[in-house]
Amino acid sequence: MNTGPAPGGRRPGGALEAEVLALLQVSRQAQTPGEVQRQLGDGLAYSTVVTVLSRMFDKGLLTRSKQGRAFAYAPVDDAHGLTARRMRQVLESDSDRAAVLSRFVQDLPARDEQLLRQFLAGLPDEG
Amino acid sequence: MHLLVYLPLLFPVPAVLAARPLAERLAPWLATWLLAGCSLVLAALSCAALGVLVVAGLVRLPLAAWVGEWSLATVRAGDSVSKTEAAVAGALLVAVVVAGVRMLWRRIRALAAAALEAACLPGPGQLVVVDDTVPDAYALPGLPGRVVVSTGMLDALDDADREAMLAHERAHLACHHYAFAAAAHLAAACNPLLRPVAAAVAYTVERWADERAATACGDRRQVARAIGKAALATAHHPARRRVPEAVLGLLGRRRSALRGAGPVPRRVAALLAEPHVYSPPLNYPVLPLAGAAAVVGASALCAFAAAHDLHVVLELAGAG
Repeated sequence: MNTGPAPGGRRPGGALEAEVLALLQVSRQAQTPGEVQRQLGDGLAYSTVVTVLSRMFDKGLLTRSKQGRAFAYAPVDDAHGLTARRMRQVLESDSDRAAVLSRFVQDLPARDEQLLRQFLAGLPDEG
Repeated sequence: MHLLVYLPLLFPVPAVLAARPLAERLAPWLATWLLAGCSLVLAALSCAALGVLVVAGLVRLPLAAWVGEWSLATVRAGDSVSKTEAAVAGALLVAVVVAGVRMLWRRIRALAAAALEAACLPGPGQLVVVDDTVPDAYALPGLPGRVVVSTGMLDALDDADREAMLAHERAHLACHHYAFAAAAHLAAACNPLLRPVAAAVAYTVERWADERAATACGDRRQVARAIGKAALATAHHPARRRVPEAVLGLLGRRRSALRGAGPVPRRVAALLAEPHVYSPPLNYPVLPLAGAAAVVGASALCAFAAAHDLHVVLELAGAG
């Protein structure tokens, strides 16, 4: 049984993110990690909350602004964009659903990137 | 019959060896049809070969001989398939059917989910722009399908690039490329030797859409530039998307300069090279088509001959 205080160990990471997102969408203004921690209120470490918030910011789910010494986080302000992002995450987590999409560009490993840059260098850039 | 019946299980090997060169050299639409079609037929024939082995094992059972009223001794003398072989073939056949049905079921569910998403996306037109800084663009199959583009992708491209990108995604929907991919994946699920052919089909549908985009834009270099810019923008975005491991595993990774490169540089190189033009009297490349017909035909012949041999043995034994 895992009773340790490992970050995210209490529940699946996605569940915590969903809870945080719901909380931020209900609140009228941007919230700092401290405020989020208080409202979640079940003994989560401050660092866990900061980690989750910054990870959600990296994913493009949240926007943030400097408020005093901390960042304050707010949900990205558009329903469609959020739908699309959620859809993308679902699609990426399920290989069958990813397989029915036709993406414009595939993954680009570092070695392919060098090769690609060589090809593009030979093209006049009309952009 | 003994050796013949095993050959359809192995005919995917020449198909796999030919898949990569065909994908690079044939016109993409032709390569897609040829590879997807051949892999389906070869997968079906390898299932049929397993079926023949299973039947050959069943007819040796006393119960079957009693029901069918044939001579057990004649069957056992005339047919060399052992019980072990038949049992292994039976287990394989069950595994193959389960894998095939599971793959089909999951793919149909995924297509239905995509169609639902496509119907629920906002806006009346085919194009949906989503407010998202991660550069992304994909075609979502549906009734009708939609082309989803993020603002991040639009920002990374100029007007000419956007035109090329949209033409590419529209080509995926117009030509039903998800169906070709599904056919090749189904074949690979039924005979895992065919997996590299499925990877080749994933590449040829991209090339097919690239070529249609080039025709629509009237400039192959424009499409090449758009692919390059989009790939670099996607690779360098902080919240860079990760391709699911399962997809990478399915598509495989290859070694050695352009031969070892992933699909993006190969697509760009193909667009920058001279396009394939087939001269009117030989409107289709005869050699690859003849080769594909030979492999599929030989496989079919082996499966048929094995079934025929079994039939002859049963007739000798007084069945029917």
